[in-house]
Amino acid sequence: MSDTPLLTVRRLRKSFRGLLAVDAVTFDVAAGSITAMIGPNGAGKTTTFNLIAGVMAPDDGEILLDGQRLNGLRPDQICHAGIGRTFQIVRPFPKLSVLDNVLVGALRDGSSVRQARRAALDVLDLLGLAGEAGKPAASLTLPERKRLEVARALATGPRLLLLDEVMAGLRPSETDRLVETFRDLNRQTGVTILLIEHVMRAVMALSDVVHVINTGRLIAAGPPDAVVSDPAVLECYLGEDTEI
Amino acid sequence: MSGRVLSAGEGSSTRARIALALFFAALAIAPFLVGDFLLSVLVIILYFAFVGQAWNLMMGYAGQLSLGHALYVGIGAYASAALFVHFGIPPLIGALPAMALAALVGASIGLLAFRFRIGGVYFALLTIAFAEFTRILVSHIGWLGATEGFFLPIENRTDIDLVALRGPPHMFYYIFLVLTGAALLAIRRIMDSRLGYYWLAIREDETAAEAAGINIFRYKMIAVMISAGMTALAGIVTAFYYNNLFPTDVFGIHRSIEIILAPIVGGLGTLFGPIVGAFVLGILGEGLTIVLDQAGIATAGVKHLVYAVFLFLIVRFLPGGLWPWLAARLGLDRDWRA
Repeated sequence: MSDTPLLTVRRLRKSFRGLLAVDAVTFDVAAGSITAMIGPNGAGKTTTFNLIAGVMAPDDGEILLDGQRLNGLRPDQICHAGIGRTFQIVRPFPKLSVLDNVLVGALRDGSSVRQARRAALDVLDLLGLAGEAGKPAASLTLPERKRLEVARALATGPRLLLLDEVMAGLRPSETDRLVETFRDLNRQTGVTILLIEHVMRAVMALSDVVHVINTGRLIAAGPPDAVVSDPAVLECYLGEDTEI
Repeated sequence: MSGRVLSAGEGSSTRARIALALFFAALAIAPFLVGDFLLSVLVIILYFAFVGQAWNLMMGYAGQLSLGHALYVGIGAYASAALFVHFGIPPLIGALPAMALAALVGASIGLLAFRFRIGGVYFALLTIAFAEFTRILVSHIGWLGATEGFFLPIENRTDIDLVALRGPPHMFYYIFLVLTGAALLAIRRIMDSRLGYYWLAIREDETAAEAAGINIFRYKMIAVMISAGMTALAGIVTAFYYNNLFPTDVFGIHRSIEIILAPIVGGLGTLFGPIVGAFVLGILGEGLTIVLDQAGIATAGVKHLVYAVFLFLIVRFLPGGLWPWLAARLGLDRDWRA
């Protein structure tokens, strides 16, 4: 992890018919880091993600990946620029096999299907899904689908991985397993991770830096221990009696 | 629609290859064994197999529902016929601009729909609208015969002229047989390529496909244009087979519906579905006519009623289509079912 930002978000703003969902949010994600974004429901976390991923365009502000401006690019262009994302509600290609799901992510200009298949198998291995490669994605359990979601995003070869609540709905043991997986991924491949997460167990175990968003504004940022004892954070999100 | 569970290319069994070779060998010698009537039935069956393949490419693989494919048949037919009658351009050469025009019209529909993210039934309505609009337009163009019809000079030739598409019925039969076989090979190849995987991803989930780096607009446009061009090719051949074109008969919605039946009955998104569906429906349709005639039940509508019941049964009990079910019964591996 270094101090050079891989992702830079400046004064990002987005409103929906007068509702200011994201209000001048500014933050950096350091290259090689695991950064978490937390905050109550409706705080603007997923909107921020969608702005970064190109699902919608910001009203104002700037998004830079390693100096390259991403504003106005389509989701597929942002993927090519080096950002892979997962969806809060998983979106596998249900009738395709697990392998083909990931293969689609691994295909890009100049690569053959054969090369993509090999790359996809490697990613499946990394996420512990190699045994399910031939099954249709629709037959997977929820924890497996979450892994598949990560595998497909990872197969696109991102420099930055956006994880939108991948721990939600998992049992604590499954959460711990996935936390381990992300730690290994980050260590082995150097991929930078930005995650939205409600499961504090995962946030505390994983992140180098935590950003707290409330009502569209960034209200705190820093190392996890410092952030969870911040009175403003306790008041709006974690609750004053929270024990981590 | 059945997806592919095994990655394509794995374990294509020799058994399936032999079955396929025998099937096409039987079709190759069929004209020597059957009479004029059966041959004309086979021409229609192969026509539906081929346009069914073209439609299936767009709907079964890329997931874009067109209910106006008669538009492309008509464009191919009218364009090549007009080029021949008015300018003396033989259909072998006229096929190129005719197919290009159909692909261009397909692209315009795609541009309108996909740019503004119109999908599903709304896209389907747009395709119907274009087909209907063209039917009305052609009905008012005297240069294309308007409602009185456009006629090609009829020549009862026994020699084969592929450049002018003039010859006996079995020439048209072999043209459609070659087109169907070539489409089968080409589509199988496409579905093993990046393009094929991208189409499947778009069919399954456009948003996820886009997030995985796929330019969904571009790949949907490619699907529409290939499908339109292929369909136009079938229109060109039928124009020179029947020698007459009437707007309502060519562009009518019933024509578009006919095109989609074979792939649905045979199996959407499967390689052999459209072919299997075309044969089953063709044999059923003509068989019914013969049986009902013999039984003396010549009441109009009885045939359609039985046909409708059959379609209902297929959709109700084999929603994936006949082919995946049949392939499983024949012990073919999954790769061949898809």
